[in-house]
Order: sequence, then C-alpha cells, then structure tokens
Amino acid sequence: MKNILWTLALCAAVTAQAETVYVTLEKDNALAVVDPIAGKLTKTVPVGQRPRGIAISPDNKFLYIATSDDDTIKIIDAETLEEVGRLPSGEDPETFAVSPDGSLMFVSNEDDSQVTVIDVQERKAIKEIKVGVEPEGIAASPNGRWVISASETTNMLHWIDTESLAIVDNTLVDPRPRALSFTADSKFVWATSEMAGTLTILDAETRQIIKNIKLEVPGVTFDKIQPVGVAIDKDNRWGYVALGPANRVAVINAKTYEVEKFLLVGERVWNLAFSPDQKRLYTTNGVSNDISIIDLASHKVTKSVGVGRYPWGVVAKP
Amino acid sequence: MIVRSLLLGISMLSLTVFVAQAEQKQEIEIVYFTQEKIAPPALSNLDPFIKDKGELGAELAIDDNNTTGQFTGQLYKLNKIIVPIDGDVAQEFNDKIAGKFSFVVANLPVDDLLKIIDANQPEQTLIFDTGTTDDSLRQRCGADVLHILPSRAMRADALAQYLLKKRWTKWFLVTGASDEDKLFAAAIKRSAKRFGMNIVAEKAWDHTYDARRTAQSDVPVFTQGVDYDILIVADEQGLFGEYLDYRTWIPRPVVGTQGLIATSWHRTHEQWGAVQIQNRFKEQKGRWMEEADYGAYLAIRAVGEAATRTQSSQLNDIKPYLLSDKLTLQGYKGRPLSFRIWNGQLRQPLLLAAPRSLVAVAPIEGFLHPKTELDTLGYDQPETKCK
Repeated sequence: MKNILWTLALCAAVTAQAETVYVTLEKDNALAVVDPIAGKLTKTVPVGQRPRGIAISPDNKFLYIATSDDDTIKIIDAETLEEVGRLPSGEDPETFAVSPDGSLMFVSNEDDSQVTVIDVQERKAIKEIKVGVEPEGIAASPNGRWVISASETTNMLHWIDTESLAIVDNTLVDPRPRALSFTADSKFVWATSEMAGTLTILDAETRQIIKNIKLEVPGVTFDKIQPVGVAIDKDNRWGYVALGPANRVAVINAKTYEVEKFLLVGERVWNLAFSPDQKRLYTTNGVSNDISIIDLASHKVTKSVGVGRYPWGVVAKP
Repeated sequence: MIVRSLLLGISMLSLTVFVAQAEQKQEIEIVYFTQEKIAPPALSNLDPFIKDKGELGAELAIDDNNTTGQFTGQLYKLNKIIVPIDGDVAQEFNDKIAGKFSFVVANLPVDDLLKIIDANQPEQTLIFDTGTTDDSLRQRCGADVLHILPSRAMRADALAQYLLKKRWTKWFLVTGASDEDKLFAAAIKRSAKRFGMNIVAEKAWDHTYDARRTAQSDVPVFTQGVDYDILIVADEQGLFGEYLDYRTWIPRPVVGTQGLIATSWHRTHEQWGAVQIQNRFKEQKGRWMEEADYGAYLAIRAVGEAATRTQSSQLNDIKPYLLSDKLTLQGYKGRPLSFRIWNGQLRQPLLLAAPRSLVAVAPIEGFLHPKTELDTLGYDQPETKCK
C-alpha cells in the first residue's frame, strides 16, 4: 500500500514537472522534441525545408516555425505536431516576433530588407516595412508598444511603432547586430553585436544606449567571441548571452551589468530559451548538434542532449 | 509632413541616428575604375568568360550602402569608368579621376595599378586595389593604397596551414610558364619554409604544342618517379592545372591554383550569413558572386561603414577611420575584417575550397598569433620593413 502511494506521488510529481522542448534542425529539415526533465530526445518529425525561427503561441497551443526554404511560417499543433496552417511570411523567413496578445507576427525578410507584418488570425500579410540590409533579430516589447528589428549589415536597430506600424527611430549599434530582447517590464532592451563581441543595453523610454559591454573570455581571442542569442529572466536579475564559437553562455547581472560567469556549453551556441518556470535555460549548439541544459539556481550546465544536425531555434512548453 | 532633422546623439561607443532631411543628404561618390578585357584562352567552355567581374559586386555594395543611407541621410553614387581595350589607363585616370574624386575602386592589373598610384595624390584620392594579389605591391610601405584581395603569400600560407594539419608535408611543385605562375610558386616556397614543409620535387610545365601529346599520356610521365604527399600547381590562368587531377602516376590530390584553392570568396561558401549575400547577388545579377565581385563589394562597403560611423563624406574622416582599430568590417566570414596599417592589406579569413565543397577556413585552428590569428596569413609586420 505504501508502495502504491509512493508510486502515485511520484507520478504526480512527474506530471507536474512535465515540459516539452522543441528544437528546429536547420540541416535535417526537422523538429526535435525533447523531454528536458529526463534529458532525452523523444522524437524527431519532418517539418519543412530549412527550419529556423520558432515560437509558441501565448496559449501554448501552436508552434510557429519559419521554414526558410519553403518561404513560409508553418503553424504546427504543439500536441499532435501536425501542420494546421501556413502564414504568408514573404521570402526566406528566419526570425520573427509575436505580439504579446498573439494577434500580430513580425517577420524579418533578410533578402528583401523588410519586415512583413502578419495578422495571425486572418493569416494575411497586412504590411511590409522597409528596414536596413539583412534584418535578422526582432523582438516585441511585452507591453505591446514596440517592435525592434535589427539589420545585420546596416548595423541598426529600427524602432517600429506598433500603432502606426512605421519606423519612428533608428539606433546605430556595433557591427552585425544579431538578436535582441526586452526586459519583462519593457523598460530596457538588450542587443548583441556579433562582429564587435558586444552587448548594448538601451533605455526603451528614451531609446538611448545606456551601456555597452565588451564580452571578453579569458583565453579566447576576441574575434571568436560572437554574441548571438540573448535572454533576460522575468525578475530582471540575470541576463544570458550565447557567445557563438566561443562555446559559452555569459551570465550577466541585470542590475549591475557585470559579467559574473561564463558557462561552457556546446559548439557554436546560437539561441536560448527559458523553461516556463525559468528554472532552466536551453541552448542550441549549431556545430556540436546538441542542446545544453543549464540549471539556473546553481548556474551550472547539467546535461547536453544530442538532437540532430544544426539545431537552430528552441522553445519550451509547460 | 514628418518633421525631420539631423541630430547626432553620441552615447557610449555608438551613435543614435535620426532620419535626415532628404534634401540635405551627404553625397558620397565612388569611382569603379577598370579596363575592358578580351576573353583569355580557356581549357573548356564550362565556365563562360565573365565581362563584368567586379562591377556587379560594386553595384550591390552601393545598393546596400544606400539602404543604410536612407536612415543616416547619406547617398552613395557609383561612377563607372571603364577604359576601352585600346585605351590608356594612366591617361584616363589623369583626365577623369585625379583630383576629382575621393574614393576609387581600381580593378586593374599590377602594371596599370602602379601607373595610377604614381599619378595619384594620396591626400586627394584613396585607391582601393581590388585587382591584384601581388606581394611586391604590398611591400610598398604605408597605406596610400588599400589592397582588398588576399596576396599570394596569404593564399599560400592558408594552404600550408591546412596541409600541415593534414601532415601532407612532402610537396611536389609544378609551375607554369607565366610570370604570375612563378610568383605563385615563390609564395608556395616561402610558405613551405615558414611552416617547415619539404618540397621534394619541382618541375616546370612547358607548353609544347604537339598534338600527339595528350594530358592522359603526359601527366603520368611528368609526375613519375617522385614520392610525395601532394601536388601543388601554380597555373593562375588555368591553362593546364585542371589536367593534373586523376592523371598523376601515383594517386595524390592536387592543390594550389586548381583542385583545392585558397580564395577570399567562393560559391561553396554558406556560413556566417554568406548564403544571404550569395542569394541576393544571384537573384539580382543572374550569376554567382566571383572573387572580384567580393573585392569590389568589400571596398565599397568599407567606405559605407566608415561614412556611417563617422557621419562624414570626407576623405579626411573616412580614411583615418578605415585605418583605425575601430573598423570591424563585416565580410560574411565569421570574423571582423580590418586593414593592416603597415601596408594597407585587408586582413581576412581565406576559404579553402574544392570546386563543389568548402573544405576549411584559414587561419586553421591552432595557428596562433599574439594579436590576431588573421595575421598568421601572409607577411606579418615584423617580416616587412614597414613601420
């Protein structure tokens, strides 16, 4: 009897912790599904040509996956993993941002130097906004006020007003801006510059740069430190920056902007995602073909899980 | 009507740029200077002769600069000056360019380039050399000319690093008849010495025009009797190098000017965003981006990057920026590019490419340098007389 109770309790605990991590595999044209608690790849499903950017709808029901060589963003049922629709993303979609209410999607069209705005409900493109050369990173502020598009070759952040869907300001940043993220209170923006090896922090109110951090790893030459993905926790305590071929994630104090630690992960670490409870951080490692799982309480890498060729984007669902 | 004003908010290391007034745009005119070419003799019709190598790269760079310029209030113009086949390059330079333009992208052979360097006033015009790979040109100290393409020494070092990594240390060097082939062979010999390689045999390929001799019968005999790891060919024009692979006496790969080559750009290159520019180029121009296109592209993008950062169209602002350690030019090769201030050579990774596969990118892992590993390729400052 005692045993049965134990088993039941254990089951309940496991169920409560259940979580699914989805990883796009750029070279395998597939989506990897990972159980992060067990640290296991559970399945791999074909998803379309050259899948890269991935996001989940605010209600956790649908995955949005940019299948770049299919020139579309696919809507995938997060449970059945069946395709339920497609969004007219424009050519070669790579990264995109979803508005906090899930109604609008903003897609970077790298080859056309523009951002396509999509009405998700209607599955219709409603506007094209001209930005700089090779727009890549894009983020929507949690308060719904801004969408910022970063153009890699123009080296600018373009501030798109979500009311007028027009650019109202441009900020020149260090060479090859890659990714950006707002703090949960929408007050600050963190943007990485791959070629300069820097992280720029902006005040979203004044749209001014307030801090520029040169990321330096002891024993690694400057030109290998190429910051890409960036994530900040919801309490605004820690920010994390993936450093590409430096194979590390920088842990940055979000109050003092001091770099506190570098965590060694897989090769060419690209993108980052929190677990829904923000107890873990997942990293995609493009060259070593795995994801790393970081425990955020201890700031330690606890596991790496092989997923397939060129893991690119990652998102977690409770 | 949107009220627009040009304001510069300098904070930290970067600038905040507001949309500038259309009628007050800073104009930056860049000359693309070259001479028409006649199709050289070729081994086969596989690769058609491309007339506008370089020119289309310049066009794409101007477009990219202008996409950025719409946000910085700068307008870039490309002025193409193409000397006819029987024209005089130095004369055209003196008549049309000298004293009139600040930035000239010169896609010219060494002799012609030297003539315009001699005629040029460096304080008036900055010349970007996108046509030569000559090391002697780069031994002229100072940075009155910026050399975009990697020199022969850089290419040879890139190959040597890879061959050393593979432990293919016994080299058989085959050199063609032209002066350029001899310069390439000299660069290979320099690299062999630098990296401790052993040139076990060296032969000249002399072109005899006897129809009874074919590649099939010629090459085995030519390569017989030597034990070596790798055949290195110096044939810049491509007159015989392609005949060597698969026809040698013992089975050995071919590298150099054919087979595995070291180049600053190649169609097999897709990493670090390269696939984006490859696609953009192909879609707009209808052919692959060639190395000469990449050279012209980078030269004009360098001007654009400096003009954006300095918010100036003036040579006096742009040239010092280009030669400073602030320049981190994005070249789709995973590392920031900059100029060697002692001789004006652009430091950059080199692609080691087979015809349909990118084999490696130099500097190869493990070749270290106190400043930047990119300076393990070609003549480093201590090896020159330059300060």
